Amino acid sequence: MLTLVALASLLVLATVPEPSQAIVIYTGWERHALVGTEVRLSCSFFSWRWTSEDVTFSWTYRPDGARDSISIFHYTGGVPYVDNKGPFRDRLEFVGDPGRRDGSILLKNLEFSDNGTFTCDAKNPPDIVGRPSSVRLLVFEKVPIQAGVITGSIIGAVLGLLLLIVVIYYLMRFLVARRVFSLNVSKHGKKKKEGSQQRQLWTPPPLTLAPRP
Amino acid sequence: MLLILLGVLILHLIILILLIVSTAASAWTVGGNVSKDLWYNCLTNDVIYQCTPASDEDWIQAVQALMILAVLFCFFSLVAFVFQLFKLVKGGRFFFTAIFQILASLFVMCGAIIYTVMRTDDLPGAQFGYAYVLAWVAFPLCLISGLIYIVLRKKE
Repeated sequence: MLTLVALASLLVLATVPEPSQAIVIYTGWERHALVGTEVRLSCSFFSWRWTSEDVTFSWTYRPDGARDSISIFHYTGGVPYVDNKGPFRDRLEFVGDPGRRDGSILLKNLEFSDNGTFTCDAKNPPDIVGRPSSVRLLVFEKVPIQAGVITGSIIGAVLGLLLLIVVIYYLMRFLVARRVFSLNVSKHGKKKKEGSQQRQLWTPPPLTLAPRP
Repeated sequence: MLLILLGVLILHLIILILLIVSTAASAWTVGGNVSKDLWYNCLTNDVIYQCTPASDEDWIQAVQALMILAVLFCFFSLVAFVFQLFKLVKGGRFFFTAIFQILASLFVMCGAIIYTVMRTDDLPGAQFGYAYVLAWVAFPLCLISGLIYIVLRKKE
């Protein structure tokens, strides 16, 4: 009965005209990397159609400050074509999985001249209307610490430790009062009370404090 | 005696004010037309001020954290002092106040030491400013105040 309903709904969906949403491409917003290391630029898309065999991915690169972009990667007909003449020759590798709608590339041996904007454009025929998405690559000599990260973590750690100690202290007092702990702790408490009473009968210590009226 | 109470309280307030001024004032390193503090490095030519955030180095963030913690703990110890003044049993010691105050003095000491050691001396004529001196003055005062609280007792 349930399978019949499922089959019927599938048939209905197949005959419905395709929705007019476009293909949506997702890349990161910004990627930070150290010079000399490698970075993975991810690109995936959402489409209402099944992934077709003619799915294409293409990456273009525009250096910082330049107006023109060059094409550095293209995947079509099941074959990836990497850059073999431009600035990324021998440094680009295709690590995506088109079957899973993943068109990510790996850039190796980063240089400072790789700073720029990488644009990914994916097409899933017949769903070809869409806007390419860009990710900005920033290559650093040394990854900078964001302002306040260390400050906040030190303050948070110390205050958290303080809170923990206070909580443990009150918990111990609560448990001792509830007689969860063994008797020798309460004996110790009794001894302390006697001791302080004795001290009150002595001559008072040099610094005392009068209670407020 | 009321005098001791007043004296101790005034000392505590002075320490708190010293710590706050030291943390916030822009005078840890001064020299010519440059003034640096924990938060900004400022350059001036008598007409305009140009400041860049100082948080790019790791050690200055640690000093920031330690100074803020010192101010917080000094404030906590003030609150604990007032609280314990009313709630303590007769003959009891102001342990919480003392612990917080001593921790505050420890934090100021660590912050001042880290700043002293890690400061880059690249500017000609760069000297330590008054905020730095205040931090070093606040440290022994805070320690003494904490020790006073340990010795202090609530009169019967």
